[in-house]
Amino acid sequence: MEYTAAQQTEGVQYDDAIVRAFLTATVVWGVVGMLVGVFIALELAWWPANMNLPWTSFGRLRPLHTNAVIFAFAGNMCFTGIYYSMQRLLKVRMWGDTLSRLHFWGWQLIIVLAAITLPLGLTESKEYAELIWPIDLLIAVVWVIFAVNFFGTIAVRKVRHLYVAIWFYMSFVITIPVLHIVNSLAVPATLTRSYPIYAGLTDALVQWWYGHNAVGFFLTTPFLGLMYYFLPRAAERPVYSYRLSIVHFWALVFLYIWAGPHHLLYSALPEWAQTLGMVFSIMLLAPSWGGMLNGLLTLKGAWDRVRTDPILKMMVVAVSFYGMSTFEGPMMSIRAVNALSHYTAWTIGHVHSGALGWVGMISFAIIYWLIPRLWHRPLAYPKLPTTHFWLATIGIVLYVVSMWAAGLTEGLEWRAVDAAGQLKYPNWVDIVHQLAPFNWLRMIGGSMYLVGMLMLAWNFYRTVRGPAPSPAGVPLAATN
Amino acid sequence: MADQSPDGFHRRVIESRLGLFAILTTLAILVGGMVEIIPMFTVQAGPPSLAGVTPYTALEVAGRDIYIREGCYTCHSQMVRPMRAELLRYGEWTRSGEYAYDHPFLLGSRRIGPDLQRVGGKYPDAWHYEHMRNPRSITPGSIMPNYPWLYVDKYDPADIQASLTALSRVGVPYTAADIAGAPAAMDAQAREITGRLAEQKITTEPNREIIALIAYLQRLGKDGRAAIAAGQGGGPSTP
Repeated sequence: MEYTAAQQTEGVQYDDAIVRAFLTATVVWGVVGMLVGVFIALELAWWPANMNLPWTSFGRLRPLHTNAVIFAFAGNMCFTGIYYSMQRLLKVRMWGDTLSRLHFWGWQLIIVLAAITLPLGLTESKEYAELIWPIDLLIAVVWVIFAVNFFGTIAVRKVRHLYVAIWFYMSFVITIPVLHIVNSLAVPATLTRSYPIYAGLTDALVQWWYGHNAVGFFLTTPFLGLMYYFLPRAAERPVYSYRLSIVHFWALVFLYIWAGPHHLLYSALPEWAQTLGMVFSIMLLAPSWGGMLNGLLTLKGAWDRVRTDPILKMMVVAVSFYGMSTFEGPMMSIRAVNALSHYTAWTIGHVHSGALGWVGMISFAIIYWLIPRLWHRPLAYPKLPTTHFWLATIGIVLYVVSMWAAGLTEGLEWRAVDAAGQLKYPNWVDIVHQLAPFNWLRMIGGSMYLVGMLMLAWNFYRTVRGPAPSPAGVPLAATN
Repeated sequence: MADQSPDGFHRRVIESRLGLFAILTTLAILVGGMVEIIPMFTVQAGPPSLAGVTPYTALEVAGRDIYIREGCYTCHSQMVRPMRAELLRYGEWTRSGEYAYDHPFLLGSRRIGPDLQRVGGKYPDAWHYEHMRNPRSITPGSIMPNYPWLYVDKYDPADIQASLTALSRVGVPYTAADIAGAPAAMDAQAREITGRLAEQKITTEPNREIIALIAYLQRLGKDGRAAIAAGQGGGPSTP
């Protein structure tokens, strides 16, 4: 394979400048979002890190962390992969260059506004939907721009058949605005404050319908689409089963939406809604594992290369973590398990096995695969991705295991009663103390993951700012 | 000859038609949400209400806005689950009617600190006053941040009037008189709190944010507890 390949196919001039822009933003926001994550992990292990200041206190920075990694890092990653792959899959340039640029700059503006408003305490408080109403409006506008560009590109395609990656992208483009608009309906009081039209548990149900499907349609379906494009490309193998991709696509997009109420088990939400949430969560295991198996089995015949190629290594670990967290999620949705896990650090561990393991790892793999192809030069440090891979993998394991241990500890101690029927740990802070070692371990794991991200950023910077493109025909160091 | 298998049908008919594919995807994602959410508005037997649960006062709304601003909900839940250990630790489990005027809901998703649904009236005002400034002065070993700025910054009564107006538009029954009288009502309630603080030798101005936050925290779960004690929502539970 050569890095000069495929920029121009059959006279189509692909817009790779927009892909380079989104990729750069992904790297920058990835560093920022993960840095904030490590910082708030430090705050939990060592409270003085809150610094007695409003802008640096945990309650204000946690939403900054979640928004930065979900919408800034993962969001820009989706757009990077979508803009790169859909042009090639449809053999056509993006429909509107201006729309692409408006989408790019609009999205970055949203992120910058989020980074300013959240530390100032300007928030709507709904998880992953904290941004204040003027930014909500901007998100809706930018998404419409993206959607017009997306569907416009499909409409003028040169390939009649829509490849499976495009189906997953489509579910992302359609579902996110539905969730965003319904969950954000509110009456403004001032420019920076508003109150949702829903009250109490109805508001909670709408929020977790949104929140769970933000995971489903922002961190799962677009990334499955990316997997369906980039994994076969990196492995140089066709997708294992076309039939499986049809079945698991439709099952996934239909079932995901129902699972939200599993966030409200044991609340006063009507029993039938809680049960629906639990049952559909358990059913979700099947299409989720359909995607995992289709990914892993695509590597059939390429396993020898997994040993040497850090990109394939990352993809294998990513898809494996996808499988693991989509097993853990349904399990945690079972009432009896949720009674123990809810409100504990176990949930935090679960989220991060998906976020660091699945979303992060597949993103790193795609970024390393794309850099040489987009900048037409080999990676500055071709061996560094392997170090990054090991650091990140060990970091994730430390993170997840420490949160399992912390979650089980607090979950069991919250409910422990002695022979006389009294609470065994009536003093909350006694339980908090026992979590300290796990909080430090989590911070170490997270720091390792951040160091890996910094390695990627350095490698990226040195590659794109390094010497001019080497002559055509030099093999791709990162992939061979 | 065209492929007649189900896969072939999908390939021929669905995968090559953008509009059809987009419509089918939209339908697939709408069903679940509609089935679960719409009954919350339409079914008469939806979330039952509790008599005696009344809207927050203007000062409490100001305090709730501070609670939201500082992200208290990132560490504290407001939902006691119907489980023995939770009844022992916190008190009555939370009935849905208790949230009737909660815009937005603040159930939380993580308990780094304890649940706050039943914290109203649990401790004196002075406890909260000291605790928010330095949690370790009350609970040695606490990992909660200090909130020194709440003792300096002042809430803005005009701002709260805008909040009450917006809340009345989403269904909280504040009257025009409530909104017009908000600044005076806030001051009166704040002075009650500073009066109680003065008895504990704490001197502070009534217009500080900490006073509004204390008002909100002391209100939490109170109406519900009274309603349940009076036999509503299934009546009191025994742990």
